[in-house]
Amino acid sequence: MTDARLLAAALRNPASTTALDGEGWTALLTMARAEQLAGTLAWRLAGLPLPAEVQDWLADAQAGAVQARRTALWEAEMARRVLAPLGTPLIMLKGTAYAAAGLMAGQGRQIGDLDLLVSRDQLAAVERALLGGGWEWVKPDAYDDHYYRTWMHELPPLIHRERDRMIDVHHTILPPTARPSPDAAALVASAEPLGNGLSILSHADMVVHAAAHLLADGDLAGGLRNLWDVHCLLTEFGGEGVDERAVCHGLLPQVMRAGRQAHALFGTEVPESWRKWDSLDRLIQRRVLARDGWGRAVRPATRAAFYVRSHWLRMPPGLLARHLWIKWRRGRA
Amino acid sequence: MKVRVGPASFRVGSAWSQPLAQLRALYADYPPGDSVPDFTVRLEPTRPWRRWVRPSVAIAGDYMLPEAAPLPLAHALLAAEMAMNLQVALGWRRHLLLHAAAVEKDGRALVMTGESGAGKSTLAAMLMRRGWRLLGDEFALVDLHNGSLHPFPRPISLKNDSIAALAGEGRWGPELVGTPKGTIRHLVPDALALAGMNRQAMPAMLLFPRYGFAPATRAVPASEAFVRLTAASTNYANLGEPGFRALTRLVREVPTVAVDYPDGASALAMVDEIWG
Repeated sequence: MTDARLLAAALRNPASTTALDGEGWTALLTMARAEQLAGTLAWRLAGLPLPAEVQDWLADAQAGAVQARRTALWEAEMARRVLAPLGTPLIMLKGTAYAAAGLMAGQGRQIGDLDLLVSRDQLAAVERALLGGGWEWVKPDAYDDHYYRTWMHELPPLIHRERDRMIDVHHTILPPTARPSPDAAALVASAEPLGNGLSILSHADMVVHAAAHLLADGDLAGGLRNLWDVHCLLTEFGGEGVDERAVCHGLLPQVMRAGRQAHALFGTEVPESWRKWDSLDRLIQRRVLARDGWGRAVRPATRAAFYVRSHWLRMPPGLLARHLWIKWRRGRA
Repeated sequence: MKVRVGPASFRVGSAWSQPLAQLRALYADYPPGDSVPDFTVRLEPTRPWRRWVRPSVAIAGDYMLPEAAPLPLAHALLAAEMAMNLQVALGWRRHLLLHAAAVEKDGRALVMTGESGAGKSTLAAMLMRRGWRLLGDEFALVDLHNGSLHPFPRPISLKNDSIAALAGEGRWGPELVGTPKGTIRHLVPDALALAGMNRQAMPAMLLFPRYGFAPATRAVPASEAFVRLTAASTNYANLGEPGFRALTRLVREVPTVAVDYPDGASALAMVDEIWG
């Protein structure tokens, strides 16, 4: 059975694609689209002598990524204009941050929502300013609203009514109910202003966040893209200072695991002490690569196991039971 | 199965053999798809057991809409056609896409756009029968550099009364009864359209037809045409500046007419008169 190892290999070593026939290319491009890595692949393969049909496909993906970047940076600027009067640091996270800072992780990257981190005591003011500036709630449901506000690390998602773009406003990088508790104040204190009224996390915090996002906050859907982020950040910044920062946020195990997973698939340079695989690593790799040449999600049992795990990580058992009960009852209504 | 339509090539996979057999018959006169297609379409069961028990076809592929409703296996051909359109609507970047039908005569193209039910497909099929070259009944592909239209002659999707109105010659797909849009049947474009699927044409006139009204024509200003066409394009915003340039050029250079018509015969007469 094919899996996304083909895609990981092409990202790691673009020259490996020269051996592909039409069927191989079709599988590679299809899984790249399904994993939101089309633009990234186009960036990696740029300049190689490739079949004409592949060149056309990659040119589209590249143009799509350019447009995604432009739209994402514009959206960040729109939010900045509305939030600037608050005088509080506005820290971009993930794709928008990588694009704004010109990082390798942002090259060709698909960017969806605008993710912002603000300090918790500013959350209410930020929410008021956004609601006054043209954003509105996506989920008008009372339980969902309560769920986000009580247990999540972000406001319920907001969408701009004219531009149709979502914003996620975070006050930390993991749900407060999750077992690791990152030091949100330290994230904000170490953030680096870009000089345009917006900031990004410090390099070490960026690595820690990418690892946390990959391994401690979700079911590993989109995991290959998130792992590629980890690879790019570690490659560009090196691992220096990451250990101490990870310890400070209680996320050293996640950072080490993300590092060795990236090392295994992309050949990322990581410290020797991070590389020892444990029983979960093989399963994580199986999950991250669970995509076939038709773009289908494969390995349903593995995916289901990580789905259950994602809830388990995010909430203590009693709270989880209550949450699933409410969701289930509503699903039947 | 693989097929190429104009500039776009597709790969269609299915959990069932019947839709693929229907597609092969419908696309028998089309060129085979490229070895590396632009888009992948998948027809798959909504749940594993729905492959056999009350088979239910989910529309999937490179680009998907979470709210797309599944169809019964009897309508799988429609699911495939919808899925192929969806890939183009959401994924195509090499042209400005307008939700419009287009036909060509003497190198000059007539573009007809309007809401679903405005009669685009029916009018395009009728004009094809009268010797016009069909460029497409679903999307008009506007070149981003020179403003020409690239043909995209997919099988024409005819509904309800239009099927009888055009009955007769040509290659037809099976009759699909009881779909969400009533009875649907696909008519394969004629040999002229298929042979010319790589030959572009310059747009000469834009029509906004409306079916079911007393005959009336009205010249549409470029500003109104622009706004209506931004709404009729699935990739205008996504293309950024090149899309804006292509669309402003189109509405500036091509006269636009709104046409209300009560029936097919009067529509044809009105087109003849406006076209000159």
